[in-house]
This record gives sequence, C-alpha cells and structure tokens, in this order.
Amino acid sequence: MSKNSLVSISDYSKEEILSILDSAADFEAHPNRRTLEGKVIATLFFEPSTRTRLSFETAVIRLGGSIIGFSDAATSSSSKGETLNDTIHMVSSYADAIVMRHPLEGASRYAAEISPVPVINAGDGANQHPSQTLLDLYSILKTQGTLENLNICLAGDLKYGRTVHSLIMAMSHFNPTFRFIAPDELKMPDEYKIFCKKHGIKYTESAELTDNFNDADILYMTRVQRERFQDLMEYERVKNVYTLKNEMLGNSKPGLRILHPLPRVTEIDTDVDSNEKAYYFQQAQNGLYVRQAIVSKVLQQQ
Amino acid sequence: MEKKLKVAALKDGTVIDHIPADKLFKVVQILHLDNCINQITLANNLESKKIGLKGLVKIADRALAENETNKLALVCPDAKINIIRDFEVVEKRPLILPDEIREVIQCANPNCITNHQPVVTRFYVLKEENQIRLKCRYCEREVKAEEVKIK
Repeated sequence: MSKNSLVSISDYSKEEILSILDSAADFEAHPNRRTLEGKVIATLFFEPSTRTRLSFETAVIRLGGSIIGFSDAATSSSSKGETLNDTIHMVSSYADAIVMRHPLEGASRYAAEISPVPVINAGDGANQHPSQTLLDLYSILKTQGTLENLNICLAGDLKYGRTVHSLIMAMSHFNPTFRFIAPDELKMPDEYKIFCKKHGIKYTESAELTDNFNDADILYMTRVQRERFQDLMEYERVKNVYTLKNEMLGNSKPGLRILHPLPRVTEIDTDVDSNEKAYYFQQAQNGLYVRQAIVSKVLQQQ
Repeated sequence: MEKKLKVAALKDGTVIDHIPADKLFKVVQILHLDNCINQITLANNLESKKIGLKGLVKIADRALAENETNKLALVCPDAKINIIRDFEVVEKRPLILPDEIREVIQCANPNCITNHQPVVTRFYVLKEENQIRLKCRYCEREVKAEEVKIK
C-alpha cells in the first residue's frame, strides 16, 4: 500500500490541508510547469464525470505529465467481470499514480490498500470526494481571507450529499458555526451531528430555505441527486423544494459567497448567476489548481 | 443442587454463561452451532440474580476462536466465557470488544465495496456516550452495535 494516497479528507491533518491550499495558490499564480515530466497518471472513471476528470487531466497535462485511462466502465475490463483488485494491480504496473472514481463506496480505500502506487479518490459513491472538499476550502479561503470562525450554511441534500459531509469534517479544524437547511427526508445524518458535538462545533437545523442565511459567510448549495435515491417517488417529492432566487439574497452579508459543487439543476435560479455573491463557476476553476497541488503532493513533486 | 439437575456437567470445553434469554438463539446462530458436531447443551430461561432470565451454552471439547468471541461481544457483551478442564473452571474470560473487528461483520450498506468484491470486512469499534458504534473502514458508514449484521 502506498502511504501517499488520498482517499478521505480525514487522511489529511490540518497542516497538510493548509499546505495543499498554499500550494494551490502557487499553482494559480503559475499553472504551467514541467514538474511531472515523464510521469504517467491513470484516470480510472468507473462512473462518468465531466468536471472532475477533465480538471484532473488538465492538472496533469499542465504539469507535463501524461494520462492513460478510461472515462466509462463500459469500455474497461470491469465490464467483462474483472475484479477491481485485478484492474488496480494491472494499472499500477503502468502508472505512477491512479485517480479513481467508482460508484461503490469504499472502492478507493480498497484500491489504495492493494495498489503500490498512490491512489487519489475522485469520488466513491456517496462516500468521499476529497479533492472537491479541498477546492471548497480553497474557495472559502480565497473569498473570506480566512477559514477560521466562519458561519456556514449548508442547504439541499444533506443526507446523501458527500461534499457537505466531507466539508464538515475538514472545517472542524477551523471553529465554524453551521446551519443545516434540508427537508426532513434529506436531513443531516446523526453521525455527522455526533461528530459536530464531539468536536464542539455549533450547529442549528432548519427545514426551509427562506432568507435564513443572512448571518452566513458561505451558503453552500447542493443538488438533490437522483442517482442516490432508491425510491424515485421520494426524489420527485423533494427535488424542487429548494430553489435559491436572487431576491432572497437582499439582506445577506456583503461578503456572502454562494458555493455549489456543480452540476446545478434547479436549486439555484439562473438569475443568481450575475449576482457578485455567486461564486460557483470560479469555484470549479479553483479545482484545477487544487488538483495540481494534490497530484504534486501524492507524487512528492512539489 | 437444583442447577445440576437442569444442566449436565461438562468435562472439557467452553461454557457461555449469562447470555440474556432473548439472545440465546442468536448466539446459536452466530456460532453456527447447528452445524457443530461436538456435544452441545443449551439451556434457556434459567433464573439469574444478575440479569433475570438467562441462557447458557455448553460446548464440549471446543475453545472459541477470537472471531467467535468478537461476535459474542457484539451480541451479548455481558455474557461470561468459562473454560472447563476436567470438570473445573480453569479460566473465566470477560468479553471485550477489540478496537477493530475483521471478517465477521457484514456491512449494512448495500453500496459498500465489501458487498460486491471479495474484500475482507474491517470495522472500527467506536465507544462513545454509552453507545458502541461500528464504522466500516471502507465505506465509512457507522452503525450501532446492536444493528450490525453478523456473518
């Protein structure tokens, strides 16, 4: 097993998180370097993704590395019944690092255990997506100037939304105050509330999205994801409950920034896009620099 | 005297005592005693000063593996294991949950990799606020100890 893998945000200490964010700022200033020349990175996407795969691949190419891999499980040997164990053994003999997305939770931890080269988790089902978390942190730091003592509202699908779960864990180093806004069906699971209590993190819960984020520094919206529902009736019932409209932002703090991991569907009206508080497109761009920092760290090429 | 009439003595083997009466058949199931060829004595609804009604299992000529005591610690943490040699109790062993449990638990999350690929399950035992929770090393989901699926 490679010690340098990044599977879960909890694999990184506060210092490691801050050093990634530092390094991302550096890459933002100078994104094109040749530090990964001669390195081969495999991107194994057993589940489709646009942003994550393209930004990882761009990150590697801008650093002079090369990419192998697949963007759809149907074009890989797993469609012939190959076990993940065999795929990882084979790929790790070709590549210097593996970036993997998989529909099953825990797939990345398992891959990291059997792979002799570092594995970067680019999403394992509803579980973890640490590069997203790090780019969220980078976006918060960039827009607020600090990560300490912020008021953060998380709204939308807090039950299945892996990005909000990882964000809570990552922000626990920085004394945040949370408000969880979600319909009953999609409430924050108990284990994360227990986590907050254990770490002395203050939180409140509401069932409606109105303008109850007026004291917030960050409003983090999430999509209600159809693919996470076992029961599609439940999905139909809750998908349109939460829509952020421009008029709801009138009394919010001037420094408020709205984040969203994207893709967005109906939860943010397009009339919000032109508001200076909307930050989700810049947030996606930040992903490139953060992923350059992550790939460099796991390959120790900083 | 009365106790001896109810439950036959054991020469060599293991006695699991102080099993809550409603857990006896769960113990039978998780230790796969239905397939065990050793002599087995089961007793249930015996009076116990400590726990009201208790169950008891005696298995001749068999010691419990670590896997099996881990399972018991999940199902009936207050039961006692007595090791018997030549009719004497030579060791009384309390059930202690280790920090990590391998293999014996099935992850309750249907989307966990361990339910789809040949992966040995590993669970971290979290002891907090009078409650024991188990966290899957792979999918990172937590379940209460009383809700786990034991293989």
